[in-house]
Amino acid sequence: MYEFVSGPLAVISFAVFFLGVVARIIWYVKGLDWRLDRVAYTKKFGAGIKGAARSLFHWLLPFNHTTAKHPIFMGVTYLFHLCLITAPIFLIAHVVLIEESWNISWITIPDRVADYMTLVIIVAGIFFLIRRLTDPNVNILTTASDYIVLAIALAPFVTGYIAYHQWPGYNSWLIAHILSGEIMLVAIPFTKLSHFVLFFCSRIQIGMDYGIKRGGVKGRGIAW
Amino acid sequence: MAEELGRLDLPPLVTRRPVKTQEELGLLLADKGVRYYEEMKTFPVDKEALKKNLDSTCKSRIRTWLEICSHCSLCADTCLFYLANDQDPRQIPSYKIQSTLGQLVKRKGDVDTDFMINCMDTAWGKCTCCNRCGMYCPHGIDMGVMFGYLRGLCFSQGFVPHEMKIGSGMHWIYNAQMDVTVEDFIDTCEWMAEENEDYYPGLTIPVDKPDADIMYTINAREVKHYPQDIAEAATLFHLAGENWTVPGKGWEETSLAMFAGDWEGCKHQVEWVYEAMERLKPKRMVVTECGHAYRATVIEGPYWANIKTGDTPVPSMHYVEWVLEALETGKLKIDPAKKIKEPVTIQDPCNYIRNGGLCDVTRKIMSYIAEDFRDIKPSREHNFCCGGGGGLNGIGRYRQERNTVMKIKRDQILATGAKFIVVPCHNCWDAIRDLEEVYKVGITWSFLKPILLKMVIVPDHLKPKDEE
Repeated sequence: MYEFVSGPLAVISFAVFFLGVVARIIWYVKGLDWRLDRVAYTKKFGAGIKGAARSLFHWLLPFNHTTAKHPIFMGVTYLFHLCLITAPIFLIAHVVLIEESWNISWITIPDRVADYMTLVIIVAGIFFLIRRLTDPNVNILTTASDYIVLAIALAPFVTGYIAYHQWPGYNSWLIAHILSGEIMLVAIPFTKLSHFVLFFCSRIQIGMDYGIKRGGVKGRGIAW
Repeated sequence: MAEELGRLDLPPLVTRRPVKTQEELGLLLADKGVRYYEEMKTFPVDKEALKKNLDSTCKSRIRTWLEICSHCSLCADTCLFYLANDQDPRQIPSYKIQSTLGQLVKRKGDVDTDFMINCMDTAWGKCTCCNRCGMYCPHGIDMGVMFGYLRGLCFSQGFVPHEMKIGSGMHWIYNAQMDVTVEDFIDTCEWMAEENEDYYPGLTIPVDKPDADIMYTINAREVKHYPQDIAEAATLFHLAGENWTVPGKGWEETSLAMFAGDWEGCKHQVEWVYEAMERLKPKRMVVTECGHAYRATVIEGPYWANIKTGDTPVPSMHYVEWVLEALETGKLKIDPAKKIKEPVTIQDPCNYIRNGGLCDVTRKIMSYIAEDFRDIKPSREHNFCCGGGGGLNGIGRYRQERNTVMKIKRDQILATGAKFIVVPCHNCWDAIRDLEEVYKVGITWSFLKPILLKMVIVPDHLKPKDEE
């Protein structure tokens, strides 16, 4: 079982993930239409890029009005995403596995740091869940897929935490960890998790919109 | 029975196409919306056409916005409807768009009449397309843009508020948002020039003068209800020594078609103005103090008219930009003794701040004309809609909704401590007038033109002879 999930299934998952996100990006860019969107994407590309850069800068970093208005939620969100991306990519165990398979490697973070990061992700996930269940504003927007997506995103970290700490049933937890990680990878192109790449697409698009059309060329970018 | 048959004989008021004849328009105007909304209740949805429309116009930008919305509710307190309606979760922008356009896309247009009426009531009665939410969404999802798109879908299916259907029809028939003809316009210009030439010798309103520095375009209601606005603009151009003109054909810069979601109507209207630019070849166009008209003719218009650069045929500016330029270059000089002394604040229309980037312009103007300027909070791009934007001012069906959201502007104004508001927008001007009528808070408001006229220094050579 371990050989299967960590071997062919892993390859398939990574392939679906990579091809999937590339396809999503291509689909997004191809679907942009200067007439329908009413943005001169190509004719004013320079102004657009400036607007896009501003848009990404203000939202990849917490320098925006929404963070100032909702510091707790936005703080948790930033931390959650930061850990979610960093921990799995730079975890020693993951890097070693990749080095063994493909003979490439990169810097790693100490296991203790990764461990804390995992806890941050789990606690943040619980915070999102409670907020979704109790805040009437969030509740009215919530659909079943919001819970499923949250579960898909949290599962690899919960199982990884348990496996790392060698709780009883290590082998099963390890397989569950690998499987849930693969489910997440495969789910990214096909669910709301596609915001993994579409966040960038959307932020670049709205940045170009403001940069090209809505006052960007008047010398004042939007005050995100 | 005879009555029912009689009703059946009447031509339908609800249609899936714009009104393009006087007869149809007359029927709609006479109806006042009663039969119109009754008819709408049983008006069928053309599902096939709706699906085709979605397939060809709902592309990756909007589909992505609908898909990646995290349902986080951060857009809630950015929306004036949510804030003014006691934080009702049903007024959260995300909820409003997901439950209308979101469902429409999910069901691929397979929806019924009640669903479309709810879409209409949401797109016009619960959103002014102020685009404020889009500035605060971490994913950059602009629900104002999506509601604009939804309005287009609704219009194409016949589910559009009565006044918006009329407004779009006016543009098709008169090339103006009201029944004002080119002759009416030229007559009004002549009348205003005659009325004022005694006070300002040499004052003219040149019609169709080629190669002028400025081609000035206006809002039809200035002809119909506020001709003095045209006189004031003429006087200020005269005092500033501008070489200007108004186009006979192509004088109207507003677009109720935009509010209605009648995209063909938008194109039809804006091309009329652009033809005047091509015909008269002015160096620039200046549009009157109107927010949506600026957005329609200058910001969105080129796209409707298929101009790939997104630029108008000649560079175009809002009236506030011309005013600032005239003040900075000294074409207009202010008598310091006549500056506004009482506390004063400003209402910038969404359509030139979030959609045009002009907020610095008005603040600089205020520094020339006011001694005690109190900026509104939140200000600049973060300012709230007046409450009457996106056509909401004019739709009887949503009068209560409009009056409720005006509370936000009322409180914003009162918090500044100023009782006088400069309003360089026809739509905001109306909303603030109605706000005072509804809430009676003791405020006064004005366009920029009359304020400037009270304080500009009239050069000696332009003074009437008997004054010398």
